[in-house]
Amino acid sequence: MSIEVVNITKSYKNFTALSDVSLQIPEGELVALLGPSGSGKTTLLRLIAGLEQPEQGSILFNGEDNTDRDVRERQVGFVFQHYALFRHMNIFDNIAFGLTVRPRKTRPSKQEIHERVHSLLKLVQLEGLAHRYPSQLSGGQRQRVALARALAVEPKFLLLDEPFGALDTKVRQELRRWLRHLHGKLGLTILFVTHDQEEAMELADQVVVMNEGRVEQVGSPEEIYNHPGNPFVYSFLGRVNLFHGRIREGKVQLGEAEFETQWAQKAGGEYPAVGYMRPHDVEITLTPKAGQSVQAQIRHISLLGPIVRLDLQRLDTEEVFEAELTRQRFSELALKDKGIVYVTLHNLSFYVESTPAIAPSPTAPPLRISI
Amino acid sequence: MKHLTEPRFVRWLLIGLAMLFLSLFLILPLIAVFTEAFKQGAQVFADAITEPETLSAVKLTLFVAAISVPLNVTFGIAAAWAIAKFSFRGKNVLLTLIDLPFAVSPVIAGLVFVLLFGSRGVLGPWLEATDIKIIFAVPGIVLATTFVTFPFVARELIPIMEAQGKDEEEAAVSLGASGWKTFVRVTLPNVKWGLLYGVILCNARAMGEFGAVSVVSGHIRGMTNTLPLHVEILYNEYQFAAAFAVATLLAVLALVTLIVKSLIEWKTEKQQSEAEEHHHYEGQERETYEHRSREHNQVV
Repeated sequence: MSIEVVNITKSYKNFTALSDVSLQIPEGELVALLGPSGSGKTTLLRLIAGLEQPEQGSILFNGEDNTDRDVRERQVGFVFQHYALFRHMNIFDNIAFGLTVRPRKTRPSKQEIHERVHSLLKLVQLEGLAHRYPSQLSGGQRQRVALARALAVEPKFLLLDEPFGALDTKVRQELRRWLRHLHGKLGLTILFVTHDQEEAMELADQVVVMNEGRVEQVGSPEEIYNHPGNPFVYSFLGRVNLFHGRIREGKVQLGEAEFETQWAQKAGGEYPAVGYMRPHDVEITLTPKAGQSVQAQIRHISLLGPIVRLDLQRLDTEEVFEAELTRQRFSELALKDKGIVYVTLHNLSFYVESTPAIAPSPTAPPLRISI
Repeated sequence: MKHLTEPRFVRWLLIGLAMLFLSLFLILPLIAVFTEAFKQGAQVFADAITEPETLSAVKLTLFVAAISVPLNVTFGIAAAWAIAKFSFRGKNVLLTLIDLPFAVSPVIAGLVFVLLFGSRGVLGPWLEATDIKIIFAVPGIVLATTFVTFPFVARELIPIMEAQGKDEEEAAVSLGASGWKTFVRVTLPNVKWGLLYGVILCNARAMGEFGAVSVVSGHIRGMTNTLPLHVEILYNEYQFAAAFAVATLLAVLALVTLIVKSLIEWKTEKQQSEAEEHHHYEGQERETYEHRSREHNQVV
């Protein structure tokens, strides 16, 4: 089922959790709401579920307005961050809960409930634990029970709040893979909240990046990583180097190198700009490349499994930045601590620090939020 | 934890002091009540507690408790639920109001009802006209007792419910459960031991309340005398043996309350430690598994 959020605003006593947020989630997609804590992602999820009421705006399921509909009638599967399993019920009763609380007319028979619960236990690979209590399960097992419980009522879609937040790294990776598999198998629309960009990139078909109650960018993991719409998205999605410079007639000079920017020349004049780039786009050479190299000194070398990260300092401006290269390239260059290298910067994106009076058109189109 | 232990004599001194205090102020009086009660023989004791006036006091005490305890359980659960699971304007005012009976002297509480419902009270003329008796009658006693025992259940439940948060309720609602079903199947089972604890304390106080009841009852023998009031009357009439005999009934109630209370505490602790033990066991299991796989790797 598709979900549409239209111009939602929600504020609490002294802060605005969401301001004028719109979002479209097509049927069958696995979508991540990604953002730092306090960005409003959980609030948005709870609004969609009906656990909170918006001040303004509306929420549509398959085009049908659900804004004023009660949580109970929305038929949404919600999985809580800390699972919220019923502690006094065993696993069977937990999963069966959504079925056994139905009014007698629509309640399935005992036999049907039994079959359904057991097929769900099989789906979440917890057969044989039906008579355990939540306190007797590990975190990963509890999470899967919570999922099975949400699936038991045949929800229109699944909403997961920080589904793997409380688990250790190994279990988290296993569960991610399993969730991806489950999504493929059930074809259900799944919307999950996370503050872990790696999790969002790995799992989701579409990522919604949120910050301070607004949607910053929506796109596939590849899109938002390669073409971040603004500095926030750029720096939130991974390690980033910042280079400060000035735009003159659409060009920026960094050391000997000159960079074309997409900031239109029409504005003219000169204003401060910041160049953003990923550490793996820093090319390291031992000899200068004509007209585009910056000299830098290695301050520290970190060996991180398949990659090597260098802390570098520009010799001309003393700006500190990072470079990442493969282990192979690292040994080819035979780099040493305190050594001097030449760096070539690729894929720099420039953003103007403070927008001048006549705003030039930015690199990315202005944010219209739709997937 | 060795650095936390005190020298032996300090420990014994502290324990000894505590024991001495307990025996002086709690155990000695209890023994005194029983010895005084049986001083003139078992016959006098039996006569005192089977006397019609005593029996009527027992009946009245049970009757009052049977009304005010359920009332306060209902109110207490409702108030605790509202306070712990919802946020609304005036929540703090409600919390303060719940504590009011603890803050006000029971005698004042009784007086308030006299001023309200007494013959010269605000509602007095109307009550007289409609021939409803509250003060110096059973309804007054029930009202005073309910007022005094008001906070017990709510005060016991609020911290438990607040600690549990509202996640489970939200989960229940998102699964389609109605408000009532959520309450009966999720909220109530989670607080059942705390609730029982509150009920027991509430009941003990309801049966033992003296001050407020004394003001509103009028001490009419065989009519509006509860057990504590009856003890006082007997004592004032120099029937010491009888007074202590009736007092033993209240003492027994206190002992039963204490036993049930510790049983409940023991039961909840056992449940908790069982859950923890299981966790511990799982941890070990995992460790040995990892250990084994490490060994296995070495062999390979």
